[in-house]
Amino acid sequence: MIPALGLVAGIVVGVLLQPEVPIWLQPYLPIAVVAALDAVFGAVRAVLDGIFNDKVFVISFLSNVVVAAFIVFLGDQLGVGSQLSTGVVVVLGVRIFSNVASIRRHLFSA
Amino acid sequence: MTEQTPSRTGRHEAGAPERDTTRPDGSDAGGTRTAWQRLARAGRPRPTKANVLATVLALGLGFAIAAQVRQTSIEGLEDLREDELIRILDSVDQDGNRLAQEIQELQQSRDRLQNDSTSLSEARGAAQQRLDSLGILAGTVPAKGPGIVITINDPKNAVTAPLLLDTLQELRDAGAEAIEINGIRVVVNTYFTDGEGGIAVSGKDVSAPYVITAIGDAQTLASAMQIPGGVTNSVRSLGGEAVIDTQESVTVSALQTVSEPQYARPVPSPSSS
Repeated sequence: MIPALGLVAGIVVGVLLQPEVPIWLQPYLPIAVVAALDAVFGAVRAVLDGIFNDKVFVISFLSNVVVAAFIVFLGDQLGVGSQLSTGVVVVLGVRIFSNVASIRRHLFSA
Repeated sequence: MTEQTPSRTGRHEAGAPERDTTRPDGSDAGGTRTAWQRLARAGRPRPTKANVLATVLALGLGFAIAAQVRQTSIEGLEDLREDELIRILDSVDQDGNRLAQEIQELQQSRDRLQNDSTSLSEARGAAQQRLDSLGILAGTVPAKGPGIVITINDPKNAVTAPLLLDTLQELRDAGAEAIEINGIRVVVNTYFTDGEGGIAVSGKDVSAPYVITAIGDAQTLASAMQIPGGVTNSVRSLGGEAVIDTQESVTVSALQTVSEPQYARPVPSPSSS
């Protein structure tokens, strides 16, 4: 509950402050956000599975973000940044969908 | 990413085989209830360090989402890929070419219209000039300019039509451009006759003193009048007196109506046929 409130509060703060994304962060932020979302949905699913662990959530969140950003960075260095970004987004999207499907089954048996 | 492990904590990243899809139908309701209970239990505030950390992370995630959404909405071309940029550049180029062509066409038509109006006003000016000169010649418009006023006093009533005609010819020879005699405009078909009471100009009787106003180079006109054997001498020899008054500006205001020629018809010029 508190982390959910934190998410909402973060969105509100972001909307109110209207922060300028630094140039060096611009390529990585979208991917990092998607990776973090994947971690969040995975955490919700773990809660429903009864195997949620705070520490695992924190670590997976951070590692997801860092790895996603690193992949994009590596892709940029190799000259395949946009393709690799697309790949990461596709993979994370598939994972988010499967997590959401599992959550749905838990909550609505459907 | 971590592997799917059988451990209790391994389910956060679950791209993996889904174990819970094959739940028996009979336990569905109970499973659903426990799932909601689990969610509620997990949602209960717990002041653990990890929970606080998760909250901080969620806060950061929300902030990042808002920032990224805003960034995406404000950013223009910088984030587009090369082919998209090329496509946009192409379309901008095409637009530019089309607009440049349009500008050219509009400029051309503007130039054409300006030329038209220029030639039109030139033609109007030329026509006006021609109308003015013809009007002065035909006596249909008043004329103004330097000239002389000749007053011929004739106490003995000895001035005849030929003398006036001579005067007129003398004035024309000196370059007079518009002439009137006693309020009668002298034009191309003016004639002088000796009437009973005096002289008739174009059929209208005039009597002394005869006042002739002529527009032209004043000095030339005056000297033409005063040459030996000229008008002044002739009038004096008849016992009269001709006073010549040179003026900077005289006005010939008498008008003559132009009558439509009854018999004469213009011959078409060969160039216009």
